Amino acid sequence: MTEDRAPLVELDGVSKYYGNIRALEDVSLVVNAGEISCVLGDNGAGKSTLIKIIAGLHQHDAGSFRIEGEETKLSNPRQALDLGIATVYQDLAVVPLMPVWRNFFLGSEPTKGKGPFRRMDVDLMRRTTRTELLRMGIDLRDVDQPIGTLSGGERQCVAIARAVYFGAKVLVLDEPTAALGVKQSGVVLKYVAAARDAGLGVVLITHNPHHAYLVGDRFVLLKRGAMFGSHAREEITLDELTRQMAGGSELDDLRHELERAPVPTHLGGHTPDGTEK
Amino acid sequence: MTTTVPEKHPGSGPPGPQPDERLVRSSPWKKLLGRPELGSVVGAIAVFLFFSIIADSFLQASSLATVLYASSTLGIMAVPVALLMIGGEFDLSAGVLVTSSALVSSMFSYQMTANTWVGVGVSLLVTLAIGVFNGVMLTRTKLPSFIITLGTFLMLTGMNLGFTKLISGTVSTKSIADMEGFSSAKDVFASTFTIGGVDFKITIIWWLALVLVATWILLRTRVGNWIFAVGGDVDAARAVGVPVNKTKIGLYMGVAFGAWISGQHLLFSYDVVQSGEGVGNELIYIVAAVIGGCLITGGYGSAVGAAIGALIFGMTSKGIVFAEWNSDWFKFFLGAMLLLATLLNAWVRKRAEASK
Repeated sequence: MTEDRAPLVELDGVSKYYGNIRALEDVSLVVNAGEISCVLGDNGAGKSTLIKIIAGLHQHDAGSFRIEGEETKLSNPRQALDLGIATVYQDLAVVPLMPVWRNFFLGSEPTKGKGPFRRMDVDLMRRTTRTELLRMGIDLRDVDQPIGTLSGGERQCVAIARAVYFGAKVLVLDEPTAALGVKQSGVVLKYVAAARDAGLGVVLITHNPHHAYLVGDRFVLLKRGAMFGSHAREEITLDELTRQMAGGSELDDLRHELERAPVPTHLGGHTPDGTEK
Repeated sequence: MTTTVPEKHPGSGPPGPQPDERLVRSSPWKKLLGRPELGSVVGAIAVFLFFSIIADSFLQASSLATVLYASSTLGIMAVPVALLMIGGEFDLSAGVLVTSSALVSSMFSYQMTANTWVGVGVSLLVTLAIGVFNGVMLTRTKLPSFIITLGTFLMLTGMNLGFTKLISGTVSTKSIADMEGFSSAKDVFASTFTIGGVDFKITIIWWLALVLVATWILLRTRVGNWIFAVGGDVDAARAVGVPVNKTKIGLYMGVAFGAWISGQHLLFSYDVVQSGEGVGNELIYIVAAVIGGCLITGGYGSAVGAAIGALIFGMTSKGIVFAEWNSDWFKFFLGAMLLLATLLNAWVRKRAEASK
């Protein structure tokens, strides 16, 4: 990427506290146009908090958050959207019973006509939905089918295509492959790559190092609210990434513990004197 | 649902807007099956044929005018109630609101010795205000609409009787037939027009106009998109910037508007209003909407369907009379029809969605 331009989004030493609970501490992340930055971490690692700061749902307490080089503190999601940061959450914000084209434009419907005859430009909506999805490589049979009849992967892709169409510069994806099978995950990752090729900066949140390594340009690893690794793609192998994700030596400890652990009594184990509790 | 994943790339796929070979499977018949009105249309045809055979006088033009009149008085309310249900909410106060609207209009004109049109105008404001009250209470408290409008229903029922007795001394209002503006208001809300020697009531025009406007709103405007969205998934709608609260308040105002038209019709057809009327009608409106294909959970349905639901009601209630049966059977037929229509709708929707 061009080094002279400021990154689309840059977090530097960002921290967030809920009261005295450390949700996120000293996390740094760089998102460049045309690159995919992956955020990896287990449950409770602080991934959601990080998303919420970038999406404008929460404000960071320390560190700096720059959008295109400018120091920012987002006060609401609308502001993030206006600055070109679109977030696609796991629940996708689609209405299952509504046709794909109605969902695609929901909340931002184009209109034509005046006064009482102001109406949705249905032709434009149908056509745009079809071409935009096709541009992302999604070939829908019928934009009139309820979006609930699409597969999880296809729905994810519609949500991504929608964000791209509405002028997102940065796409934040929250666990896009979490609920999907192998094949569907592959499809979604392909569209993520398509968004990257379209020049967007992508933040991919996931707990799957295999998926991250397939498309990622840089990797940030979170554990219990802190950053314990930040690598560019060329600095790290998939095996190393997986090992770090899994907790490395911690995994060995866990295996050891599981072998030795006596069965707890409430799970059918026996008390030391051999009687049932 | 697809089991295969489209593998085409923008460059490698068939160029241009070539018809998709998979679209062939979606025949016009399937399209028809996917319409929310289908169940009600089938039901309406069945009811029509049934009474055509059973009751000799059913097919006479004057009988059909009577059927349409009965359907229209229900339909004027069933259509906005259907929109509200598509938006995911109920209004149990809709039945007595009609009576409230008529009472306000009548008593304001009588007590103030004003032109009846002033009463009609005041009634519109009061009725819409009650609609706004329902909507604002719902969106502010986030309680279920069932509870909110049950409260409004009981309060209005009490107020209708209480205020009427307090002001008129009896349970009905005084006649306003000799007051200024009565005849012109009657022309608008309760007149009769003749086509080919058959007398039709003007409520049929109001009914059809409401169906047209509601269908236009639902299918072709942004607001229509929002109505489907707030009923289908309110959180998703809010997340993409749909003004959820305004949409819901607007829907309650729509029901209030329907209640105002119905109320004025009630007043100007008889010139007095019985303050205890309207209780129980709210359920009939809901049943008509459900027979017409509205999902009870919101997000799906149509105004045309609700109108056909009302038509089924009209045909059944009058058909039983024409067949010279005991009218006690009316409710039984309605209940049976509700169950059948709902089952048919559920079955049709399942098939339509599975076959895609």
